[in-house]
Amino acid sequence: MAQLARKDEPGQAETPQSNGAIRFLRLMRRNRVGFVGFLFVIAVLLLVLVGPLVVELDTKTHVDRIYAAPSWEHPFGTDHQGRDVWAQIVHGGREIIFVAALTAVIATSIAITLGSLSAFVGGKVDALLLGAADVVLTIPQFPLLAVLAGFIKLSNTTSIAIILGLLDWPVLLRAVRSQVLSIREREYVQAVQSLGLGTGHIIFREILPNMLSYITITFILGMTGAMYAQVGLILLGLVPMSTNNWGVMIYLAWVRGAIFFKDSILYILAPIGAIALFQLALVSTARSLEEVFNPRLRVGE
Amino acid sequence: MPAISKGKVILSVRDLEAEYTSRRGAVRALRRVSLDLHQGEVLALIGESGCGKSTLGFALTRLLPSSARVVGGSIIYRQANGTEYDVLKLQPESLRAFRWKESAMMLQSALNAFSPVRRICDHFLDTARAHGWNDRAAVLQKTADLLGLVQLDAGRVSGAYPHELSGGMRQRVLLALALLLEPRILILDEPTTALDILTQRTIIDLLRNLQRTLGFAMIFISHDLSIAAELADRVATMYAGRIVEIADVYDSFYRPAHPYTHGLIRAVPRLGGNDQELVSIPGSPPDLVGRAAGCSFHPRCPMATDRCRKEDPPTTAVGASHLVECFHWERVTSAVDFAEEG
Amino acid sequence: MAPLLTLDGITQVFNLGQNRRVRAVEEVSLSVDPGEILCVVGESGCGKSTTGRMAAGLLRPSGGRVLFQGSDIWQLKGDAYNTYRRAVQIVHQDPYSSLNPVRTIFQALSAPLYRHNLVKDQAEARRRVVELLELVDLTPAHEILGKYPHQLSGGQRQRVSIARALTVQPQFIVADEAVSMVDVSIRASLLNMLFRLNKQLGVSFLFITHDLALAKHFAWQGRIAVMYLGRVVEVGPTTQVINSPSHPYTKALLSAIPEPDPEVTRSKQRIELRSLEIPSLLRLPSGCAFHPRCPVWEEGLCDTQRPPLKELPGGQLVACHVAARKDDLEGVG
Repeated sequence: MAQLARKDEPGQAETPQSNGAIRFLRLMRRNRVGFVGFLFVIAVLLLVLVGPLVVELDTKTHVDRIYAAPSWEHPFGTDHQGRDVWAQIVHGGREIIFVAALTAVIATSIAITLGSLSAFVGGKVDALLLGAADVVLTIPQFPLLAVLAGFIKLSNTTSIAIILGLLDWPVLLRAVRSQVLSIREREYVQAVQSLGLGTGHIIFREILPNMLSYITITFILGMTGAMYAQVGLILLGLVPMSTNNWGVMIYLAWVRGAIFFKDSILYILAPIGAIALFQLALVSTARSLEEVFNPRLRVGE
Repeated sequence: MPAISKGKVILSVRDLEAEYTSRRGAVRALRRVSLDLHQGEVLALIGESGCGKSTLGFALTRLLPSSARVVGGSIIYRQANGTEYDVLKLQPESLRAFRWKESAMMLQSALNAFSPVRRICDHFLDTARAHGWNDRAAVLQKTADLLGLVQLDAGRVSGAYPHELSGGMRQRVLLALALLLEPRILILDEPTTALDILTQRTIIDLLRNLQRTLGFAMIFISHDLSIAAELADRVATMYAGRIVEIADVYDSFYRPAHPYTHGLIRAVPRLGGNDQELVSIPGSPPDLVGRAAGCSFHPRCPMATDRCRKEDPPTTAVGASHLVECFHWERVTSAVDFAEEG
Repeated sequence: MAPLLTLDGITQVFNLGQNRRVRAVEEVSLSVDPGEILCVVGESGCGKSTTGRMAAGLLRPSGGRVLFQGSDIWQLKGDAYNTYRRAVQIVHQDPYSSLNPVRTIFQALSAPLYRHNLVKDQAEARRRVVELLELVDLTPAHEILGKYPHQLSGGQRQRVSIARALTVQPQFIVADEAVSMVDVSIRASLLNMLFRLNKQLGVSFLFITHDLALAKHFAWQGRIAVMYLGRVVEVGPTTQVINSPSHPYTKALLSAIPEPDPEVTRSKQRIELRSLEIPSLLRLPSGCAFHPRCPVWEEGLCDTQRPPLKELPGGQLVACHVAARKDDLEGVG
């Protein structure tokens, strides 16, 4: 009598499918700190990408304005040659962020592919890849770069990114590998294995989509690491100083002893602050992104 | 309407309402629940997930989580000496006296409630001390007695740490702990759910013996009808936050008056007898957010009529101490008599 | 008729490190014919889930072989392996973890269809997925396609898991406590649906459960195997095992189960066991693993010699010295 299947009510009510971008923003909003960080990241990106078209870089020396105090005309004061610091900040972000992003893309891609393969296939492949990661990990980064600088001209930003990327993946690989190891044991992965869906599908369509927030964090860590690495490279003089760059600003300010004088302190603090705040904003954004990527966290209760 | 049963009424719940907060609105987990508990009786609260049985259990001992609250009704408790008070209105000091001395609860999750760095006897001593009982020797003696009652080797178990005991043994220690201050009411939430068949049997027999020997009233909450059949004097069936039927255990199983109870009984496989047809109840429980009109079971009920959609069914007395909330209970009782089957 | 799937003396030893080994499954031999239902029952720790995973090819046995249509599945390659891989599927217990939370129902169900070239394009995939959803009584199917698992109830999720197993048209399904985490009122419906699949599509089942009443109902026309501490102690036609059990453990289990009938359950005769403690898999008792708890054990025999599975006149196999001898004598006398 009651055998005909009646419609099973769904577990929870679902909000109607609204515009993808609007939903994305709404989901990001749930985590306050994360949302603020997200806005800040957007703001900085706009600043460094669009800003240079609006704010003009001052390249001439103004002897009368060396280390001027902050004013309406020069919000962060001026540097040792009387040039506007604010303008330098605006222009100096693009390259460092671009290199960091590229490095992160390269390092994360390698880490994801090799990490998931290593975790999923296991056995000899796993041992081999872990061994390779350890080898790369033990290579001292800066001395290697110093040696390389002698052979390759490190002026090309892409080549810097590639080299950094090739040095940074081992740490990320281990993180990805352990995450994949835990997901691999989940029942839906086992079920899909018995359906014969193949290693490639399982890694890229079943496991990795569950790791999107994790991958994003990995990417962001890659970026933060790369930004610091760049500053390090610049401070050690391994990279030519021709371009405008927050790292170059730090170097120049440092070399000029800007940290020791009250008047000049903004010159060195501005780029440091820019980098530090940007990193902080990136990390906060990662927290908000976690809710976006995980449908389960979106449920009402 | 209080049902007529043996012994005096020691707990009277009237029109109890409880809600959980959620993003979508207030989830009405208990919608005006009323029942009476008599001295020394065993009452089973049966229902499936989301029916509110656990919420009721928590509400009775005021152990609801912070996301939930009681928004209406009363829980009147009558002490042995005749004094009556509303449990919901108790102040912290009196509440503590009520808890464990008058009414003790054994939760499903309590297997994890042991402190891993305290021995079993320490748990008993701590509990006694928290309720003002400081006579160490007397507590330890009582502990040994109780552990023996639950068929544990007191000598071995008393000095042991929780992780040294198996799951079944810990369950029995919890039982002994609940009985430390000789409560008049024991509330158990899914006491046998996570247990193996043989361990379950031990606990069931233990509960039956303890209840007969010590004479406390027992409310146990379960989704398993078989346990109700084993232990209960009366069975209350819950659905969508209400008690839809309450009756003597034999009436509940052999002459159910509510279509849901009837459906549940037909859906449970039996070990005895030959092959039987399992009939399921289509659909799923209703959304408890908001207030829908009519009987909450009507979307899944084979006997539903227009009236069921619009009007709330009243509480009807089917027989002595048998209450049901259904317009069509007569049609249910005139269906197959289970006592004659298999 | 040749059996579809045969477990030939399979064993599974888990290495816990520090020289501690758990013999979770010990020399289990079972076979399932095409269209047959075999229930494996036992309490927790008996090895039934591990056995199920080995049967489904998800765990390699430490010893023994798993045979599909007579061939060792771990020796198969290429097409033969693909055929096996599609023919044997598994449905898990937990509706919450058996579906990928970030895939819609349509994505989850269409992936195997595409992978094995069972459909030509998306339109056909949609049609087939709708068919499958209707086969497991999930209607209206169109509304379910775009949902994520967390938007469905537990019972609905289990149906999706079953539909997923059906996408590759299997001949054999391992159901590991597939209805245990679902409400009682829905359980019956799921079980009836599985039964219908067995009757109409001829799918064989290895149904793993701790609930003997459920096993009796589902495998009424099939067989039940009872496991204890990694071994099969009794196996035979359901009617035999449930109504006239031979092994003391089976008898104890059956007597201990409460029934949803007050008069029956309160007057049921209980079998007392000698000990309430379950031995650890790390230190199995000598001889028959059940002897420390067995009410009819014989000193000198049951604690020294492990009883082999012996066939009794009724058709079932029992691993018990006493039961085997008793029926021997009765057969003679």
